[in-house]
Amino acid sequence: MVKLKELIKDPVAGEEYFLKGNSSCAGCGGELAFRWIMKALGKRTIVVAPASCFNVTIGLYPRAGPAIPYLNMAFAAGAATCSGIVAGLAARKKLDPSMEDITVLCFAGDGGTIDIGIQGLSGAAERGTDFIYICYDNEAYMNTGTQRSGGTPFGAWTTTTPTGKKEHKKNVPMIMAAHGIPYVATACAGYPLDLYQKVLKAKKIKGTKYIHVLAPCAPGWRFPTEQAIEVGRKAVQTGMWILYEIEDGKMTLSGPSKNLLDKKNRKPIEEYIKLQGRFRNISPEDVKVLQKWVDRQWEDLKIRLACQS
Amino acid sequence: MTEKKYWKWKEIETHTSINDLPPVPLSLPNYGSLGETGDWRTFRPEIDKSKCNKCYICWMYCPEAVIEIDKDGYPNIDYVYCKGCMICAHECPKKAIEQVREKKEPEGE
Ligand SMILES: Cc1ncc(C[n+]2csc(CCOP(=O)(O)OP(=O)(O)O)c2C)c(N)n1
Ligand code: SF4
Ligand code: SF4
Ligand SMILES: [Mg+2]
Repeated sequence: MVKLKELIKDPVAGEEYFLKGNSSCAGCGGELAFRWIMKALGKRTIVVAPASCFNVTIGLYPRAGPAIPYLNMAFAAGAATCSGIVAGLAARKKLDPSMEDITVLCFAGDGGTIDIGIQGLSGAAERGTDFIYICYDNEAYMNTGTQRSGGTPFGAWTTTTPTGKKEHKKNVPMIMAAHGIPYVATACAGYPLDLYQKVLKAKKIKGTKYIHVLAPCAPGWRFPTEQAIEVGRKAVQTGMWILYEIEDGKMTLSGPSKNLLDKKNRKPIEEYIKLQGRFRNISPEDVKVLQKWVDRQWEDLKIRLACQS
Repeated sequence: MTEKKYWKWKEIETHTSINDLPPVPLSLPNYGSLGETGDWRTFRPEIDKSKCNKCYICWMYCPEAVIEIDKDGYPNIDYVYCKGCMICAHECPKKAIEQVREKKEPEGE
């Protein structure tokens, strides 16, 4: 495990790349995730941000929060833009080998990944484009005021699901794993060091890398801002969100999720949902449906883990 | 308002007039891209150094990156930009960060 005291003094990780005074909401999980992603990647990085909160959080012209090249992009075009940048860089690198160390990152929301950006992402993964795609998942279209997305969990309130969403969350990390890319991981803003280490690993691998980060959102999920880390931790401890890595097809559970394969070790999902106003009106029957879905995710994992060993 | 220089890799000028802006709509990195966000606070986190054990958990979790470590190794909060989310106070294992209500600015003058 990395030590905070050493990270503070580290020439790359000790630096900040998303500058204070930007327009993220107070206590934003996505902002914390981006802070730690950039600490792993450093300043030799080009970021593409398709339509999302992260076109807004960067602040107002003529100033910008990100201290790295950062392109705001059309909703569906995140991964396609990265493909173009990677191709351009490949041509430039022949003239200027010092560009070899540049990382291309797509930082997209759940709407921009799970619903709208998935075709571009799938195409880039099929071509093996050498870039990192990170989805920060706040489980709805937050920038436009909390509409449901393919990432919104069953039972959650959004402005377009006033009585709770009737469908379950789409499992995009597994869809990306099915592309056979060299690295897929999940992370959570409540565990920044786990995220940091996964991004460090992804940076060293050639090809398409996909990381899916759960990013608690105080205004959208309806919890007090100081609870953001607690909510992220509870998502993992209840098994609602599973932390793992898939390296060249081999899956390993990471961090606190390692001990949760046995249902006895998982906290009931009530501990997670009771912290959030978006689940305030969920019925006891729907809690059971959601709990069953969570348990099924774990059963699927068990089979996968058993088959590969 | 005086500008703090933040850019360690390359210094840039700060803009004072519309004529100083770049010819293409390119935003340049700087602190306070939305202004002094410390104005947002309802509560102010105050660190009691006598209780702090320098674990830097607060530094790790602060989304806004406004906690800096001073030369004695203590965390220090930049109140110009701290948004008062209180994650630091909630997560500090030593309960060394107190939640203090901000006073209202005096009216007039
Ligand atoms: C084609 C298109 N449709 C709609 C919009 C409006 N829009 C901008 S951001 C956004 C929500 C993005 O949601 P998500 O990707 O989950 O990111 P978040 O805002 O939650 O961080 C929408 C609907 C747009 N910019 N382009
Ligand atoms: S979390 Fe608390 S004890 Fe740890 S460095 Fe911060 S103030 Fe000090
Ligand atoms: S209140 Fe929030 S923004 Fe302010 S120092 Fe604490 S964690 Fe950072
Ligand atoms: Mg979203």
